Amino acid sequence: MQDFVRLEQLEMTFSTKRGPFTALRDVNLTINEGEFVSIIGHSGCGKSTVLNVIAGLLESTNGVALCAGREIKGPGPERAVVFQNHSLLPWLTCHQNVYLAVDRVFGQKETRAQLHERTRQALAMVGLDHATLKYPHEISGGMKQRVGIARALAMEPRVLLMDEPFGALDALTRAHLQDELLRIVARTHATVVMVTHDVDEAVLLSDRIVMMTNGPAATVGQILDVKLQRPRDRVTLATDARYMQIRGEVLTFLYEKHRRPDDQAA
Amino acid sequence: MSAVPTQDLVQGGSLAAFKRSTFGGSVLKYLPTSRSFVMQVVAPLSGITLLIALWAIISTTSPQLPNPVKTWHSAVEVFSDPFYIKSPNDQGIGWNIWNSLKRVALGFTMAAVVGIPLGFLIGRFTFLHAMAAPVISVLRPVSPLAWLPIGLLVFKSAEPASIWVIAISSVWPMVVNTAAGVMRIPQDYLNVARVLNLSEWKILTRILFPATLPHVMTGIRLSIGVAWLVIVAAEMLTGGIGLGFWVWDEWNNLNVEHIIIAIFVVGIVGLLLEQAILLVAKRFYYE
Repeated sequence: MQDFVRLEQLEMTFSTKRGPFTALRDVNLTINEGEFVSIIGHSGCGKSTVLNVIAGLLESTNGVALCAGREIKGPGPERAVVFQNHSLLPWLTCHQNVYLAVDRVFGQKETRAQLHERTRQALAMVGLDHATLKYPHEISGGMKQRVGIARALAMEPRVLLMDEPFGALDALTRAHLQDELLRIVARTHATVVMVTHDVDEAVLLSDRIVMMTNGPAATVGQILDVKLQRPRDRVTLATDARYMQIRGEVLTFLYEKHRRPDDQAA
Repeated sequence: MSAVPTQDLVQGGSLAAFKRSTFGGSVLKYLPTSRSFVMQVVAPLSGITLLIALWAIISTTSPQLPNPVKTWHSAVEVFSDPFYIKSPNDQGIGWNIWNSLKRVALGFTMAAVVGIPLGFLIGRFTFLHAMAAPVISVLRPVSPLAWLPIGLLVFKSAEPASIWVIAISSVWPMVVNTAAGVMRIPQDYLNVARVLNLSEWKILTRILFPATLPHVMTGIRLSIGVAWLVIVAAEMLTGGIGLGFWVWDEWNNLNVEHIIIAIFVVGIVGLLLEQAILLVAKRFYYE
């Protein structure tokens, strides 16, 4: 489906102690079904705000936000979110964390056995079959993030929203999970919107990269098509001329055209 | 803490040979733990010894105050027959403790039944919070015994009045801590609830309740402490078998040894109550 997610003239103003602060203005963006779109920009540019509007966690002050032709009013399980800090419930095991989501989406239609089977499959997909009975504090950060991804995927969402999903992980774990995500997306043809500040991550994973200007009143500066063959392999891409060129374009946008204003604390 | 330097010393020189010998090995095994032994056993024992020594010194200057040895002999006697019943007003120490505990349990349970749900409501709904805040602020600092006349007036009997005092004075820590726990739930957890679109019931049972439980347990612990603190005073005024009544009765008999024994019993039972709650609470900490 074309224009599966559609943002038109989106504006977001927060009321702060020092008066209204316009984080986003005139954001226009369409995302097609089955597409992997990354939103990249300097920290504080409002890229997470865009994601939260699509998720329904924030309501835009102006403009239109549509998903599958319907206005986005509040969050819903058809738009699953993978949070940056995993947001697992610490008093539930990995299995129970995923089951909570599965039960919410499929609980009406399926038996308990089927729901548990879905949960197991989701955890197996992210390679966690061995840790299903562990509690979040018993597993590593990378594993927690995988449970978060499993929870989101198990809901069979129409859009997967990821807010810097690998931001808190070390470089090796991050690379590993990126590869895993590539594999899962290839298999499930999921529609994904991912917020990131990692240029390589954006180029490796995305079909399109949405580059945002600096705030306040940030907006979409440029959209880049990533015409790289799939399946993609990080090692061969590292020396690929086309890859280097796209990477260069993103870097140019971020560090020359929209260089972050100096001395501005995050 | 001192384990690492000790090990280094041993590896360093001739101490290594010492360690290999059977005697050295068995001694060194205890070396790293010696500090914790001092902290956990020697220090508390010194504190208690100091307390008893001070008491002994004071008792030499004040003849009415029984010395530790005399009190000890009296305590042995009291505890040798804890469950005798000679008359309604003369019963063993075991019955006194039991009756006080019973009143505390009743009053505390009533406070918990009201206080914990109330805390949840106040924490969840800002309107209720704004509504309850001034009432709680005014009532919380009231001395527990100030409630006793109201209880006597309403219930026309001493027994429910003292339970009422326990309930009203131990309810506040539970209300306040539960409400604070609900309000301090990380936004992340609530975002999960929103994205999953969970029902209010699921939010309550799967997120609010488990996330708040540690705070609720803190409230319970403080409440039990207050309840136990208050019961002795309430019983001194209302009578009926119990530790407070016992203290007052022995004061009238000028049996000061028994008053001192009562002070220790109150302290030790309070300590045990607190430790029991801590033990239960530990099971609910999820991190």
